[in-house]
Amino acid sequence: MSTSRLTHLRQLEAESIHIFREVVAEFERPVMLYSIGKDSAVLLHLARKAFHPSPIPFPLLHVDTTWKFREMIHFRDTIVKDYELELLVHINPDGVKQGVGPFSHGSALHTDIMKTEALKQALDHYKFDAAFGGARRDEEASRAKERVFSFRNEAHHWDPKNQRPELWNLYNGRVRKGESIRAFPLSNWTELDIWQYIYMEDIPIVPLYFAAERPVVEREGMLIMVDDDRMPLNEGETPMMKSVRFRTLGCYPLTGAIESTAATLPEIIQEMLVARTSERQGRLIDKDQAGSMEKKKQEGYF
Amino acid sequence: MDQRTDTVTAEIDAYLKTQEQKNLLRFITCGSVDDGKSTFIGRLLWDSKLLFEDQLAALTAESKRVGTQNGEIDYALLLDGLQAEREQGITIDVAYRFFATDKRKFIVADTPGHEQYTRNMVTGASTADLAVILIDARKGVLIQTMRHSYLVSLLGIKKVVLAVNKMDLVNYSEEVFEKICSDYTKFAEQLDFEEIIPIPVSALKGDNMIGASEAMPWYSGPSVLAHLESVEIGAEDLSRPFRMPVQWVNRPNLDFRGFSGTIASGTIRVGDVIVEPASGQSSKVARIVTFDGDLEEAIAGQAVTLTLEDEIDVSRGDILCATKDRPTTADQFEAKIVWMTSDPMLPSRTYLLKLGTGTTAARISSLKYTVNVNTMEQMASNTLKLNEIGVCNLSLDKSISFDPYTDSPATGSFILIDRFTNATVAAGMIDFALRRAENIHWQSVDIHKEARAQQKGQKASVLWFTGLSGSGKSTIANLVEKKLHALNKHTYLLDGDNVRHGLNKDLGFTDADRVENIRRVGETSKLMVDAGLITLVSFISPFRSERQMARGLLEDGEFLEVFVDTPLEICEARDIKGLYKKARAGEIKNFTGISSDYERPENAEIVIDGSRQSPEDSADQIVATLKERGFI
Repeated sequence: MSTSRLTHLRQLEAESIHIFREVVAEFERPVMLYSIGKDSAVLLHLARKAFHPSPIPFPLLHVDTTWKFREMIHFRDTIVKDYELELLVHINPDGVKQGVGPFSHGSALHTDIMKTEALKQALDHYKFDAAFGGARRDEEASRAKERVFSFRNEAHHWDPKNQRPELWNLYNGRVRKGESIRAFPLSNWTELDIWQYIYMEDIPIVPLYFAAERPVVEREGMLIMVDDDRMPLNEGETPMMKSVRFRTLGCYPLTGAIESTAATLPEIIQEMLVARTSERQGRLIDKDQAGSMEKKKQEGYF
Repeated sequence: MDQRTDTVTAEIDAYLKTQEQKNLLRFITCGSVDDGKSTFIGRLLWDSKLLFEDQLAALTAESKRVGTQNGEIDYALLLDGLQAEREQGITIDVAYRFFATDKRKFIVADTPGHEQYTRNMVTGASTADLAVILIDARKGVLIQTMRHSYLVSLLGIKKVVLAVNKMDLVNYSEEVFEKICSDYTKFAEQLDFEEIIPIPVSALKGDNMIGASEAMPWYSGPSVLAHLESVEIGAEDLSRPFRMPVQWVNRPNLDFRGFSGTIASGTIRVGDVIVEPASGQSSKVARIVTFDGDLEEAIAGQAVTLTLEDEIDVSRGDILCATKDRPTTADQFEAKIVWMTSDPMLPSRTYLLKLGTGTTAARISSLKYTVNVNTMEQMASNTLKLNEIGVCNLSLDKSISFDPYTDSPATGSFILIDRFTNATVAAGMIDFALRRAENIHWQSVDIHKEARAQQKGQKASVLWFTGLSGSGKSTIANLVEKKLHALNKHTYLLDGDNVRHGLNKDLGFTDADRVENIRRVGETSKLMVDAGLITLVSFISPFRSERQMARGLLEDGEFLEVFVDTPLEICEARDIKGLYKKARAGEIKNFTGISSDYERPENAEIVIDGSRQSPEDSADQIVATLKERGFI
């Protein structure tokens, strides 16, 4: 129940910390999925708060598709060093062998092999029984119904019809060997909450979130940044320099930029307040059809 | 920074300051699809400008494809998250929606109103501060309105908004509205609400949703949003005595030992005396540690780490409390239970009970009555099915600390978990401790189990034979007892059929009776082990959880499960007692292997292959195991 003396951000913060502590107390091998984006930044900040003065009692896992923005990888390595974190990086070796990439294989197959499959490989390999993720219920319709402790069977599948009821702040952390949960401490945060909190707490984020002149090409109505020379240009296509920023970060060929001059957090928050386009729109993978995210989730994608 | 940036920064700073004043209201909306509930929430999201252009575009497209508003925007589609539901046209689970105004952030639990989904409503209501109960103005107070209101009050919600919807379809009639208000107020007298605010609305047209409605000049009260923005909430958590369930013991090094947890109620200051009520140990708060620095004071809702002046034995599951106003510590209590799974509740089966941060084995010792959610009538029953609500006594395997739910929801609520499927099977709210728990103590005696067993030259144990009827359990058990007797060992054999002639002759073969049958035998074998005997138990005992329960009654290592693994075809071919024939003919109901399940042991200490081993070899194998393990 709400406590009126705490502001909404402090209340969300406390609830997230509570979730972190429950998972660590009840599971043998938790891990935090670290995607380097702003939600991961907040998640990491909350994890540091939850266990202070102890260090974070679990490793971070980055599933690297090899197509992330270079600035993301640089940022990741800096954070890991500065905060003295344990980072595991997993790349799907089969995908690498077959040369899977978004340009050669299309976004759906690339995401499936380098992200969904790779994540399952890593979870199986390290035998993690709980994985923290930064998903929020406000992101997408099917996520609105996801539990905070979201149960996965041995094949990492999510069964939306058969979820455990979640009451009060009593989370059921019982799993059998081989089964696991995904835990979502940011379930009740909105995109605006995330930005306000980053500002209030001065949390470092990847510079790609801030507007700067970057080389982009326009494809299917989206501005795609040319981050390295693996990007094949169509005939007559030349990268243009535009002042752009990103609202979400992922594989650079699949992540649309928005034109913006917002180069500071207050400017980003101001843009947010007048925004008329929700954040997942910058992701190519959701566009196929209504319900596509739900299908991916059932298969084990976050 | 240039001037423009400075201006934005100043504006945003000011904006964030106002955000600092903002708090959070969680509410639940109750009503069925017919009441226009999804439209109601969709409207709030719409009017608070929380829809983005692409969501809007998707909504417009979906409205044309499957909408029910003749191509007009169907707000309800916004809320139906899962594709399957979208096609069925009903909301079947709890979905959480978010919106914010300049005054508050809101989290809406959207739950269905269909009878079979009581569990979802209870789930949504468990975290809500307020309930919006929707009524279709054309239909008035219906049975489902009563059901929703009862569930909301059961979960301790004190504030209600009665949204009388579809006023546009009754010509915005004041008379209709007043009639519904008075019907509802009369009905709600028997419920424990503090405040009921009736508002006439049309969610579809937007009347009285955000601003005043021109169509209803006779109504002078607040709009829905105005009320939600201003209603006072959450003060009671602070006025309650201090409680903090310990989640995690924080030990980065030998010099620091802190107790991390979320404060469930009250406030705590450095220097306050706290107590762990189960052990009675107390100490003073030395520091309130957070990542952002130590605090002088912390309040309900904050997640902190406390260090104490003295080393007292506190671990996860304990509750740190104010010394003056302590919770009750007991191992039995009465509670209201909502059953949330399709497997019915079995009295006497052991479940796991999670309250606060502690998990304890518990069983429902008696079901006093069930409550009809539509009429609130009490009915006698011996089981609870999905979506049923019962008032029960629970008995735990150790004492825990708690408060009555009405005094403190955070320390008076619990969930029950099935020990084998791990499903959350029930939600519970404690009424009060049962006094007898405090007054009955285990009588300690001077001659103990080890002394009794030593005198007999053995270690006491239970050999628990399980397997299908006709698998050879009793034959093998009988041979084992003969062999042990010849070795001068002291034994007793509890046989299923024999016990059913006496101690358990009041029990039949329903699932509930089977569970009770095994509970009694488990308790009896425990007494025999206490007497120092090697106890042989030969029971079909088809359910894993009951065998586990029997095991749990004994100390580690005392319980040896002997699985007589004989395939059903062989048992049926033997059919010594002619029972399979009768079962196949339908003359015996609930016959294990035929019309009732047998759950195979997963980790039995001894497995006998009944299709290959002779009874003699099997008995030798068991006696050999007893020798190896030092029992004889």
